[in-house]
Amino acid sequence: MEPITAPIIDFTSLAPVLVLSVFAMMVLLVDLFIGRNKSVLVFISLVGLLCAAVSAFAKGTEIPVSSFNGAYIVDRLSIFFTMIFCMSSALAILLAVEYNKREGIRVGEYYSLILFCTVGMIVLASATDLIMIFLGIEIVSICLYVLAGIRRTDPKSNEAALKYFLLGAFATGFLLYGMTLLYGTTGSVKLATIAQLLNSGEVLAQPLMLLGVVLLVIGFGFKVAAVPFHMWAPDVYQGAPTPVTAFMAVGPKAAAFAAFYRLFAEGIPELAPTWQMTLSIVAVFSMFFGNLGAIMQTNIKRLLAFSSVSHVGYILIAVIAKDTLGSASLMFYMLSYAFMIFGIFGIIIILGRKGHENLELEHYSGLGFKHPLLALCMTMFMLSLGGMPPLAGFVAKFYIFQAALNEGFLWLVIIAVLNSAISFYYYLKVIVFMYMKEPIGEFKISLTPITLFVVAVGIIGTLELGIFPGPIIFLAQY
Amino acid sequence: MVPLSHYLILSATLFSIGVLGVLIRRNAIVVFMCVEIMLNAVNISLIAFDRHLNQHDGQIFSFMVMAVAAAEVSVGLAIIIALFRNRPTVNLDEFNLMKW
Amino acid sequence: MLEQYLGVAILMAISCAIAIGMVTATTLLGPKRSFPDKDEPFECGESQIVSPYQRFSVKFYLVAVLFILFDIEAVFLFPWAVLYQRLGWFGLIEMIVFLLILGVGLMYVWVRGGLDWE
Repeated sequence: MEPITAPIIDFTSLAPVLVLSVFAMMVLLVDLFIGRNKSVLVFISLVGLLCAAVSAFAKGTEIPVSSFNGAYIVDRLSIFFTMIFCMSSALAILLAVEYNKREGIRVGEYYSLILFCTVGMIVLASATDLIMIFLGIEIVSICLYVLAGIRRTDPKSNEAALKYFLLGAFATGFLLYGMTLLYGTTGSVKLATIAQLLNSGEVLAQPLMLLGVVLLVIGFGFKVAAVPFHMWAPDVYQGAPTPVTAFMAVGPKAAAFAAFYRLFAEGIPELAPTWQMTLSIVAVFSMFFGNLGAIMQTNIKRLLAFSSVSHVGYILIAVIAKDTLGSASLMFYMLSYAFMIFGIFGIIIILGRKGHENLELEHYSGLGFKHPLLALCMTMFMLSLGGMPPLAGFVAKFYIFQAALNEGFLWLVIIAVLNSAISFYYYLKVIVFMYMKEPIGEFKISLTPITLFVVAVGIIGTLELGIFPGPIIFLAQY
Repeated sequence: MVPLSHYLILSATLFSIGVLGVLIRRNAIVVFMCVEIMLNAVNISLIAFDRHLNQHDGQIFSFMVMAVAAAEVSVGLAIIIALFRNRPTVNLDEFNLMKW
Repeated sequence: MLEQYLGVAILMAISCAIAIGMVTATTLLGPKRSFPDKDEPFECGESQIVSPYQRFSVKFYLVAVLFILFDIEAVFLFPWAVLYQRLGWFGLIEMIVFLLILGVGLMYVWVRGGLDWE
């Protein structure tokens, strides 16, 4: 029997994944042998994320590089997203430091799970193969199921974990079936080969393949929480510990969108007329249901969950406008969204104290008089989420709309602008509570330095991306 | 030889049974088993396509699906145990601390 | 043709011999004290007739969870074992890395007390 020659392994492409995996395992093992003080874990995790972010540039300027027989790619999209992931994971870890201490969550696993989750996200953003995309999604999801339920003694956290788990696993089934049908009809799991086959007309768009595409839309729709597959989002956002909610709203969602974009825009662009139509409907419903749902909420975490559903609608427009501008606007949107969300959740954590998370909107009344600076920050984040110039949210939306207009989706842009207007209603409601209502009871907030630092990062990012978006847009586009 | 379509019909039927089970049943563990039926239905399709196309990608894919399903099972069971320790029930309708 | 099966035949002969040898040895050498628990069809300490709906201790679930995890990873060992000789050093190193990662998991479970019954 002739020996099988060992395949060439491109370690430099995989560098961020390898570095982070090693650090994640290290955190897991170190946790076993240190006492109750977990600060060394925080340090190791942050160093790991920094190393991963640096090693993402190991390929230098020779990008895009495809390795592992076309299963893995290092290109502009993957490097940019790797940066977003490393930053958001670092912020999620920093948010948790004081929160976990305050709420008595003494688990070192938190940090290693965040790192493992980041590994999955990087794989997801770099995968160009159905199997890799599936593995990436599952690494991310499994870590998130555990993270959502990490407060083991809190029934709400348990409930969030169970709901997220059952619906997530259900969605995995659809996603897999879609991938299988795509594989079966084209005979390849590589996105490049699938695109080539479709382009050459050797494989016709059979009903089976179209069914596969629809199943993929359902599967991804569940993972990113798009209407009508969004029902888990409010409950899971509410029940999960606040830093986990912030993390969930940014990193994994960005990763899922990166894979979403790659699969649809790079794998099956020939079927665009079909999936663009389907995704447009999903996007419109997401915007309307997200915004209308948010209007009725009184809990800030649920409000943000519905708001994130509506943001999924806007981001889907970037996927629908599948050209270069589409991917660049997707990157820019996710980056600015990361800054806003971490800033807001930082403030939410500051406003709570042990045993009282103060998540109802009425707890925010009068904040503008007692803590004007915090209220000002919150106001800026809310306006930015709504898309008010000159903040990051405005530029991000503007950019997506431009991409959509280039592709001729005027009607979609009109609906999105209309929805931005609706969304101001509930963003302003928070501001009204802060500035125009009398405070109920005493404010006992936890002004802790690390959480304040995260809020500051959020504010700086939101302002920077809003006022000087040029450099980042340049990085995303060219 | 059994044609490809037979396998695909079997797989689609199993998948539908799984989906229906998830939607209808109210016991967390049974719902969970139905999700597993869905995943294994997909495995049947994968292997059938693989055989039909005379390739190996499908087999590798199904290996990955099996390994991931095992990881999912353990996390799922662990979540259900944690939940059961706080509240002795596995009926999904009773998990209503938050609105669905 | 039949020579191929010689190995199988020898294996079967040896295993039969061992089984018969053990039964004979315990019959001849072992002490013979009988008491009610021992005379039951299954002597594992559980009572025989119980409701099928009785609950298991949650500890069994923990063991089951860990078992599934480490058991299913064997799916990656089978194809590797079949191609072991053709894969050469590359395959061996890959598998060592894979098992080391699993080992980290096992170590975590062990030190955290996941394998303790009490």
